Amino acid sequence: MVNTSQENYLEYRGRFKGLMGWLTSTDHKRIGLMYMYAIMFFFIIAALLGLLMRIEKIAPGQTIMDAQTYNGVFTIHGIIMIFIIVIPGLAAVFGNFFLPIMIGAKDVAFPKLNLLSWYIYIAGAIMGILSQFIGGGAPDTGWTFYVPYSAESGTNVMFALLAAFVLGFSSILTGLNFIVTIHRLRAPGMTWFKMPLFPWSLYATAWIQVLATPIIGITLLMVIAERTLNIGFFDPALGGDPLLFQHLFWIYSHPAVYVMILPAMGVVTEIFPTFSQKPVFGYGAIAISSLAIALVGYFVWGHHMFTTGISYWSRWFFSFLTFIVAVPSAIKVFNWISTMYGGSIDLKPPLLYAISFIFLFMIGGFTGLTLGALATNVQTHDTTFVVAHFHYIIFGGMGFAFFAGIHYWFPKIYGRMYSNRLAYIAWGILFVGFNLLYFPLFVIGIQGMPRRYFDYLPQFQTGHVISSIGAFILVAGLVVMFYNLIYYRRKGEIASANPWKGVTLEWQIPSPPPLENFEEIPVIKDKPYTFDNKEEKASTGN
Amino acid sequence: MNTSTAHTDHYDPESSKIGMWLFLFTEMFLFGGLFLVYAVFRNKYSADFHHGAHELNAFIGTFNTVVLLISSMTVAMSITAIQKKNRKLAVNMIIITIVLALVFMLNKYFEWSYKFEYKLYPGSPVMMNLPQGEILFYGLYFMMTGLHALHVLIGIVLLVVNIFKIRSGKVHHERFSLLENSGLYWHLVDLIWIFLFPLLYLVT
Ligand SMILES: [Cu+2]
Repeated sequence: MVNTSQENYLEYRGRFKGLMGWLTSTDHKRIGLMYMYAIMFFFIIAALLGLLMRIEKIAPGQTIMDAQTYNGVFTIHGIIMIFIIVIPGLAAVFGNFFLPIMIGAKDVAFPKLNLLSWYIYIAGAIMGILSQFIGGGAPDTGWTFYVPYSAESGTNVMFALLAAFVLGFSSILTGLNFIVTIHRLRAPGMTWFKMPLFPWSLYATAWIQVLATPIIGITLLMVIAERTLNIGFFDPALGGDPLLFQHLFWIYSHPAVYVMILPAMGVVTEIFPTFSQKPVFGYGAIAISSLAIALVGYFVWGHHMFTTGISYWSRWFFSFLTFIVAVPSAIKVFNWISTMYGGSIDLKPPLLYAISFIFLFMIGGFTGLTLGALATNVQTHDTTFVVAHFHYIIFGGMGFAFFAGIHYWFPKIYGRMYSNRLAYIAWGILFVGFNLLYFPLFVIGIQGMPRRYFDYLPQFQTGHVISSIGAFILVAGLVVMFYNLIYYRRKGEIASANPWKGVTLEWQIPSPPPLENFEEIPVIKDKPYTFDNKEEKASTGN
Repeated sequence: MNTSTAHTDHYDPESSKIGMWLFLFTEMFLFGGLFLVYAVFRNKYSADFHHGAHELNAFIGTFNTVVLLISSMTVAMSITAIQKKNRKLAVNMIIITIVLALVFMLNKYFEWSYKFEYKLYPGSPVMMNLPQGEILFYGLYFMMTGLHALHVLIGIVLLVVNIFKIRSGKVHHERFSLLENSGLYWHLVDLIWIFLFPLLYLVT
């Protein structure tokens, strides 16, 4: 199967060489990596801002920054993490790199549009960063831009709003591209239910991107109109309604959570069968549950607004649906565990990360139900309990799935192998640091510690100190992991085409993949994840 | 390097059409947000909305609706013309479409400047002294028609690009996806107006 007649995508010289060769490349693999490098860069900035916040909270009162600076720091931390890192996140990086390969295509449907999306993304990201330095000071509204404050704040909210708008546009174009790619470019013989599950999750994600993002677009435009033209949709003095903003904002921003987590679920769904050498359990259930999450996820946005005075019946309705939307996620969890059951488990770093993904995602998921229940929501709303919950989902879920994915596909992407030993060490430090950092926030949240405060009462100090220590440990883990990945991407041992004995299409081509992925477009006959134990037959002298 | 022909020269009109439809969905949802806001405030301030709509000039609105409907027809005719290899007719039909679009914009310009003469624009003292529902009605009026006008301008640019591409032979009877998709976009601009017109001018 492995052939070397074609140059690989890393070495290929097109019209331009060096950096320009990358910046003008419409190759989906290069674009995927360009997203990854940009995301890593911004992740380091936002993680350091997070660390600064934890240092501030190591003791009550002002420690290293004043209240206004703290407001600016948590706002930009949120904007970068949400809009620049996790929303594009796995879909833009692994989706771009592996979607075409896994469905047996040479590229996405619109390669030029794909490159354009990256440039729009970079433009939006730069605007987000610039909003910190120009105009009336760093935005201080939090990433949620709630009116009336976001319409009144003297800081540079306009620029941040525009940045989010532009980033949304990039997200829409990526989603559109993926939908068309999946519809049109699947290899001959690959019917919908012979498609691997990572593409399935991307398909569900892409629909959310296309159908939900415009709502946040128009909402942000309305806030901009509110600030510049005094148009009054959200201003009670002019007859407007501030709650309307919260509705519109969460109509997008709750589905956006699934834009973040669905591709993460897709990535771990690829990892479990490979490292158990066993077909995925409940293929159909996993595929359909992705679509179910995308669909039901549209109608739960009101659970962010239980304390705002919306009517009893709408609270009842949103709470009920919030519990319903947990069901397909739970189905996936059962399927992943059943996939491992009875398999020949090989606990390599990708699987370790994927298993910790399940663990952290479940803590995040169950505390999400605590927040989705009407009575407990009143107690925990706007406390650090919420902060802990969504960090368990976003960092523990999406973040750890990203780490799982990069450790899984690293040999394919770079054709080299990282150090397994360092990967295990980094995992240990990250896992301990993560739980130390976020778990205490559940506890002090229930005790009444509000979120987004730079100061606190002395009774919360123990929790905050443990959390801050966790932050340092977590950062140390990140350093080890980044070192392992960055150093060994050029210096590691040469990786074979299929180091994990995977059966999806990306493992059937050389590492790193040739420029056009496939010498000949494969014809698909079997269901995915069919481990027919070719290796065994070979070793028994067949 | 000649290994990468498929990378740059991949023409699949079906894909572009699906892509365009998806993009049109996003446009509908963009305006959908405004329609939602309209529905909420119309429900809350129905008397003020009634009065506001009464003040708008239904004649100009009707006239513009007719203009846009005809332009949708001419753009469709240009696509048929290019399929029948009649490039000249196709270009002429696009030019007529653009002229109609400009007529629409001119009308819009007069309509808006008439309001500005009465110092009726968002944030003006005159507007701020109106009843709350009317402030919101005019806010919606300016934002919806403004955003729509922006789409008309984008549509005009797209059509101009098509004229050049047809003249340079890049769009022809076997490869007219660009023109077809621009036509789809133009129909969307028309369609949104079809909704804006009754909501703003006729619901009195
Ligand atoms: Cu939510």
